[in-house]
Parts: sequence; C-alpha cells; structure tokens
Amino acid sequence: MNATFEAAERAPVKAATPPHTTHKLKLLLKREFWEHKGGFFWAPIWAGGISLLLTLMGLILGEVALRNSSGKIQVDGHFSVNGLDLSTITSHMSPADAEQLAGAVSMSTASAMFWPMLVLGFVVFFYCLGTLFDERKDRSVLFWKSLPVSDRDTVLAKVLSALVVAPTIAMVIGIACMLAFLLLLSVFVLIHHGNPLTLLWSPSNLLANAGVVLAAIPLYALWALPSVGWLLLCSAWSRSKPFLWAIMIPVFAGVFVTWFNLMHVFNLGSSWFWKNVVAHLLGGVFPGTWFIVTNTDALTSSDFPKHLAVVQSMYTAFAAPQLWVGAVAGIAMIIAAIRLRRWRDDN
Amino acid sequence: MGAKVNTMTTASVVSARGLRKAYKNKLALDGTNFDIPAGRIIGLIGPNGAGKTTALKAVLGLIPFEGELKVLGKDPRTQRDELMNDVCFIADVAVLPRWITVAQAIEFVAGVHPRFDAGKCQRFLQGTQLKPNLKVREMSKGMIVQLHLALVMAIDAKLLVLDEPTLGLDILYRKQFYQRLLEDYFDEDKTIIITTHQVEEVEHILTDVMFIRDGKISLNAQMDSLGERYTEVLLNADKLEAARALQPIDERSLPFGKTVMLFDGADPARLRELGETRTPGLADLFVATMKGTYA
Repeated sequence: MNATFEAAERAPVKAATPPHTTHKLKLLLKREFWEHKGGFFWAPIWAGGISLLLTLMGLILGEVALRNSSGKIQVDGHFSVNGLDLSTITSHMSPADAEQLAGAVSMSTASAMFWPMLVLGFVVFFYCLGTLFDERKDRSVLFWKSLPVSDRDTVLAKVLSALVVAPTIAMVIGIACMLAFLLLLSVFVLIHHGNPLTLLWSPSNLLANAGVVLAAIPLYALWALPSVGWLLLCSAWSRSKPFLWAIMIPVFAGVFVTWFNLMHVFNLGSSWFWKNVVAHLLGGVFPGTWFIVTNTDALTSSDFPKHLAVVQSMYTAFAAPQLWVGAVAGIAMIIAAIRLRRWRDDN
Repeated sequence: MGAKVNTMTTASVVSARGLRKAYKNKLALDGTNFDIPAGRIIGLIGPNGAGKTTALKAVLGLIPFEGELKVLGKDPRTQRDELMNDVCFIADVAVLPRWITVAQAIEFVAGVHPRFDAGKCQRFLQGTQLKPNLKVREMSKGMIVQLHLALVMAIDAKLLVLDEPTLGLDILYRKQFYQRLLEDYFDEDKTIIITTHQVEEVEHILTDVMFIRDGKISLNAQMDSLGERYTEVLLNADKLEAARALQPIDERSLPFGKTVMLFDGADPARLRELGETRTPGLADLFVATMKGTYA
C-alpha cells in the first residue's frame, strides 16, 4: 500500500500510527467545562454560599434580637424563649395551619435556589456571547480548526453546554443549597425546641422542590434556545464588541417598531414585540422567565398535590406557540452561527 | 486503512489551478497555479502581502476563493471535515488557548484525532519544562511552540502546513524546531509546506521552493535544480562590463572593489572565465527576484 517513492530515499517511513476511536462530543463538552469551570461550577457555588451566609447572619441577628427583647430566658419545665416555643405551637396547630406552614417553609426553601439560578442566567448569557468571539480574538480558533472536528460539532457542543450542562450543574448546586438552607433552619428550630423533622423535612418539601427544579431543565433548554442562538450568532458575527451588538440590535428594533407602530399590521401592540422578541432574545437564558407564557390557573385549580401543580403550571409553557416559534428561530440562528464560524476569517 | 491509491500514487498532494481571492481592494491570489508532490518539504516564500498566507488558508479550507484546488484529492471548501483527518497545520505561533494545560491539550487531541499518538507526544515532551499541569498562559512563547509542535508531530498526517511557525522565537528554539521536524516527523509519505521570512534557516531542509509575488507563483523549483539555473559570480572591477553583457539579474558591490552578480541560465563555462562562481543562497535569490516589490 505504501508505494515507495524514488524521490524520497533519504527519508525512511516511520511507523504509522494506527487510527484509534475518538469520543468527539465527550471531549468537546469536557473542553467547554475545562475552559468555563469558573462560570459553570464555581459561580453558582459562590452565589449559593453567599446567600446561605446571609441567611445565617439573618438568623443570628433574629436570634439576638429575640433574646434581647425578652431580656431573659425563662426556665419553667422546658425551654421557651419569650414564649417562642415551637413544639407547643406545632402541637396545637390545625392541619390547615400545618399545611400553610409547610407551604411557607417550602417557599423559603425554594428561595435558596434564587441566587444560583440568577447567576446561571448571567453565566450562560456571557458564555454564549463570548465563546465564538473570544476564540477568534485570541486566534485559538486556528488551533481548534487544525483538528478534525467540524464547525457543526463544535458549535453544537457549545449549545449543549449552555442549554443542558450549565443548567444541570447550577440546579444540582441549587438543590444542595436548599439542603444546606434546611440544615441551617433545623439548627434554629432545634434551639427553639421544635422538631425539624415534622416542621421542615416533610417529604413534600425538599424532594418536591428538587423535583420541580429538575423538571425545569427541559423547559429551560427550549425556552433559552432563541436567546442562546442569538448570542452565539452575535458572537460568531461581530468583529468587535459583541455585547453592544447583541443588546443594541433587538433594542433598536423594538424602538423602531414602537415608533412606526409596525406591529399594527398584525393587529398587535408594540408591547407584544418587546415582550416576545426583545425580552425573549435577551432574557431567555434566565431561568423562570418563561412565566410570561405559563398559565397559573393550574396552581389553584389543580387536583394534583401542590408541587405537582407547580410543575403542571410550569409545563403549560409547552403549549405556548411562543416557546416553539422561539425554539425554531433559535435553531435557525445556531445554523447561521455554524456557517459563520466555518467561513469567518480571523483578520 | 483507506489510503486511497489515487492520492498516494498520483503524487500530487496539492494541485491548484487558477486560484483567485480578492480582499476588499487587493487581489491576494491572482490565477495562482501550482502542484505539490508527496514526500516533499516545500518552502513558500514571498514578501509581505504577496499572498502566502492566503494561499495556505485556501489549502486549509479556511477561506472561500475561486478556482480549482484539490488537497489529497479533496476540495477543501466542501470536504474540509474529512480532509482534516489527514491534514494538520500550525497557522501562527502561540495560538494555543491560554487556559489549557499540557495534560488537557493531550487528552483533547487524543480524544478527537484518530491518528494522534499520545505516547509519542509525551515522549516529545520528555526533558522539556512542560509539566502536565502547566497552563499555556504560564508558558513562554518558545514553550508554547514546543507544546504545539509536540502535539502536531504526534499526529500521523499526510500534509503538514506551517505558516511562520517560528516567528518571534529565539534562535535556539528555531533550530530545535526544524531539527525535530526533520528527524522525528518527516518521511516519504508526508509533505510539509513552510512559509517563513527566515529563509537562511530553512533552505537546508527544503526539497523544493516556491516564490510567490503579487498572488502569482514566480518560481517553482527543486532545490537541487537551483544550482543548474542560477549562478553567482565574484568579479573584479576589470570584468564588470564583460559580465554585464551577459545580463545579470542582480548586482551588488562588496568591499575592496569586488562585485557579485547573479545570473539566470547563463553559460557556466563562460561565467567561470570571468570570476569565481558558486550556487547562490536562497536569500540572495529571493532578494534578486523580488526587486521592486515595495517600489
């Protein structure tokens, strides 16, 4: 097979490397994680950690205030701090009250998710905006393109990182934050003679909250698709300042539409454009922004248990045409970004 | 597997016909034609802005262009993804991503390139300061090039393209770079295309040379044949007029009244009568043939 050439006597054939199998997608995802570990992994941890720290400080401040106002701790048979004896409160609670309490605890537990989720939005936003731009700016695109990895696979790995990998990591971290939040509250409850198991750790709480969060991942992936597509497109297209382009184009389009009342043609107000195009393009990467297309009736009217009702209400977004039209637009923009990466010259 | 007979035996690794590429107001490639056979080390040499990098980018499928171009029998515009299994390139110094570590770079290339030999790469890195956890941003420029070269040399590619691979490196790294390329990488199945301005450093390893000027190939020759065509003569002042009658393509004065003239295709016997003759260096040849480029 290796025909000998008379022209190259001076160079002996070196042992050829037999081809081995490759794991391109795995390595591409790994590469995105290596490069963006700070954003994908550490940023939600920091956000969650700081919010827990604030919660802890709040609890301590509350505790101190409580003790100061009571002046002293009464000791009569069992501890009670200025009448705040949680065991007596809970033992006299009606089932309806108990359910209300569980709901309140569940809500505040879910709030421990807030900061990691907000940070996730920013991380995904700037990740998508930077990833195809930075590789051209530092010319490392020339290294990536010297390997047998197609532009399609590269960009799709970035899309997967933004829509699945980053949210899954952030949500798992968020669930861990909820767990830590409950542990903090448990200490507080124990100090006040409550039983954290009945008060806080009812099964409808942590597990159900975690379930709601995990159920949000597919919705997030679809809802953020147009935003991710738009940001990747700006990243692949702009020669400088992708942030400005990404913000200015939709905003100016919105201003234009408002001025000339263009949406009138479709019997829609300008606010429809701002809400469904501008806000979705720029804010879609923030978890929860899908509430504008969800139907919250299910929250009150559903026969399901409460947390399932939350999921049911969240999933009404899947019936919204905005979600699917946006997803299709997102895919189109991703295809455009792949084409741009294929032919974009680095200088 | 899959070493197609036609690409192996027709011997043309790259074949270009009428390449045209216009940037905004400048023609970077203007009807460029060339063929590159297998098992060669070709120097593509030209002044700044002559179209070297554009030609290489066309070969590597990085830019759109007009004309006909086959690389290993494939069109780099439409079949780039398959082509990159057999083609590798170092497009510029220090383009490795700054966040990557040595170990990650090896793991990544091993995972995506079917012909990358991680063991070989690690052998190349033995004895260097490149430790597995070192990040590219902590490396000197020379170390980045060492790593890049080790990665590329561990890939069993048919065509390797090097565009100014040693720009900005000190002479120790530059010598080592070409040494390794020749000793540990090159063989009769591989073809290497190099562009560089440091002509003197590569002329000993080249088998072929191509001069490019204003988007056209102005010289395409085997290194061995240069001596048959071009002759340099060292002349005393009294022979100048006789020599000028033979129409030298270049003439430059040396101290003590001597003059060196460069002849293209003149009769060697006649030249030997005039003065001491020798084969010109690539750099002198380049300067002589590119005269007036920036005028």
